[in-house]
Amino acid sequence: MSRIKRTFEKLKEDNKKALIPYITGGYPSLGACQRIIEVLAESGADIIEIGIPYSDPLADGPTIQRASEIALSRGVNTKDIFEMVGNLRKKLSTPIVLMTYYNTIYRYGEEDFAKEASGVGVDGVIIPDLPPEEGSLWRKLAKENSLDTIFLVSPTSSNDRIKKIISASSGFIYCVSLTGVTGARSGLPADLSDFISRVRFLTNKPLAVGFGISSADLAKRVSETADGIIIGSALIDLIDDSNIKYDKIAKFIKNIKEAIGG
Amino acid sequence: MVFPDSKGYFGKFGGKYVPETLMAALTELEAAYKKYRKDENFQKELDHYLKDYVGRPTPLYFAERLSNYYNAKIYLKREDLCHTGAHKINNTIGQALLAKRMGKTRIIAETGAGQHGVATATVAALFGMDCHVYMGEEDTKRQAPNVLRMKLLGAEVIPVTSGSKTLKDAMNEAIRDWVTNVRNTFYIIGSVAGPHPYPMMVRDFQKVIGKETKKQIQKQEGRDPDYVVACVGGGSNAIGIFSPFLNTETKLVGVEAAGLGLETGKHGAPLARGDVGVLHGSKSYVLQDEFGQIKEAYSISAGLDYPGVGPEHSYFKEHGMVAYGSVTDKEALKAFELLSRMEGIIPALESAHAVAYLEKLAPKAKGKVIVVNLSGRGDKDLETAAKALKESL
Repeated sequence: MSRIKRTFEKLKEDNKKALIPYITGGYPSLGACQRIIEVLAESGADIIEIGIPYSDPLADGPTIQRASEIALSRGVNTKDIFEMVGNLRKKLSTPIVLMTYYNTIYRYGEEDFAKEASGVGVDGVIIPDLPPEEGSLWRKLAKENSLDTIFLVSPTSSNDRIKKIISASSGFIYCVSLTGVTGARSGLPADLSDFISRVRFLTNKPLAVGFGISSADLAKRVSETADGIIIGSALIDLIDDSNIKYDKIAKFIKNIKEAIGG
Repeated sequence: MVFPDSKGYFGKFGGKYVPETLMAALTELEAAYKKYRKDENFQKELDHYLKDYVGRPTPLYFAERLSNYYNAKIYLKREDLCHTGAHKINNTIGQALLAKRMGKTRIIAETGAGQHGVATATVAALFGMDCHVYMGEEDTKRQAPNVLRMKLLGAEVIPVTSGSKTLKDAMNEAIRDWVTNVRNTFYIIGSVAGPHPYPMMVRDFQKVIGKETKKQIQKQEGRDPDYVVACVGGGSNAIGIFSPFLNTETKLVGVEAAGLGLETGKHGAPLARGDVGVLHGSKSYVLQDEFGQIKEAYSISAGLDYPGVGPEHSYFKEHGMVAYGSVTDKEALKAFELLSRMEGIIPALESAHAVAYLEKLAPKAKGKVIVVNLSGRGDKDLETAAKALKESL
């Protein structure tokens, strides 16, 4: 059983929800990023999502675009992220998923990427611009290397597509809360609970909801229907490039964890 | 074999690499396009606008002085005489008619040189649609006249300040808009790039250039040309004019932007110097580093300043169906001036790349019939060219 699956099963037994913070790998620097991830884990994160910075992140809003640009301007590359995960793995047992655009994997070599990711202790991979139709080779390689393949469903996905995505996914299903790019929003889309119910009706696999969740209040409301919540831009907005306040980050994560049921 | 296949591939190039939110929209678009491309009323309406609004057919003009100069028989396909000044409108009329039938009221587009933006703003005005055009901030400066034209036509022009502030970034931003407003928005892509079905659809709408050229050259020369030359950024004018001559005796030449020189790394020539990758929804040759980060392209011509190229061109290259060459800024500027002085035609800097290729082709093509696709006119480039040519002007 994968570490991600085990995490969700354990949470379910305890009647709890998963908190999945996202951070752009190498932002604001490789060292600081590693320290931030440790703080996230210590503060209650159940799974940690690390983005590989990319030059053209077309599913991301301004916050993550900027974080990626800064990481790239400091020379962060795919190998650095693998190395960072390897370092983290020595201390953390928290599941780690990578979020990466497909060209990063394609250029690295899909097989090499899967092997190295698995080797350093990555548990799953999210590829926001790879629909299951284009992902058959990736799924095969991921499976061979014990990586979960986390595909995304969106409010615009038909039930037929949702079924296809569910069957291609392992670990959890990433439910995109809204039509749009990543980034903190002040409210939830009106049709969110209908959308989650629609997916829930079709699967027992864990559902994690992301995009737009910016506060403990929104996280709480989403967690009422989902198995986990993903929070990215709101966390990155807290990270002041020149003066990182780790205690502030810890407090933010603890608050959200508490809001979704501890 | 008919390309693309049902999954949108030209051999190993193409496909649909987009966020899930857009998959439903692409399926809807593909279904609508399949339905209407064979629909008699749709074709009739398209033909009507191409003829009476765009001004088609455009002439195939025998350039006598240029022919004497190069010792070949050179014809220019005058897409610069299309309404709005470039071939781009062939495609925007088609897509706007499709949008209308699909009940989409909001139009978005990306633009580099501004020609596609103007052509989109024009059809949006024509059909009473709400229009938003994304344009790299850098391009809004070097193609200022086109920004004014778009605004006059009622479009909102949104300067894009991320990345290299050019066409690539404008396309990123247009895709982000589409993901956000997908339910009521139609994205009019301007080139044979992007996810399936765009490369197929844009190609089909641009085929009119080639169909006319074939008829016209038959009438004037009684045979097909020996060469057809076109510039390649994303590659829509080239695909359009090449299409009836593929797999025939006619030699097809696509000309990429060599910018400051291929060896300098400052160019827009992914077919010459790129590697296979995924950009803006399809797999094709892309300028990128060893980790797949997209590199900034460079060309004096905003329309060729793009690190990717349409997937069908990658297929043509891989199978040797089209020869691809490149032309530097300097060579293009020389051709810009040459065509102006010799034929009284000021070409777009993009099209000047195709004209400039004659310098390389003509010495080995004495007496041959060469068609050059003059994809657009150069009024928009006067300021850029004047700066670059300050010594001679």
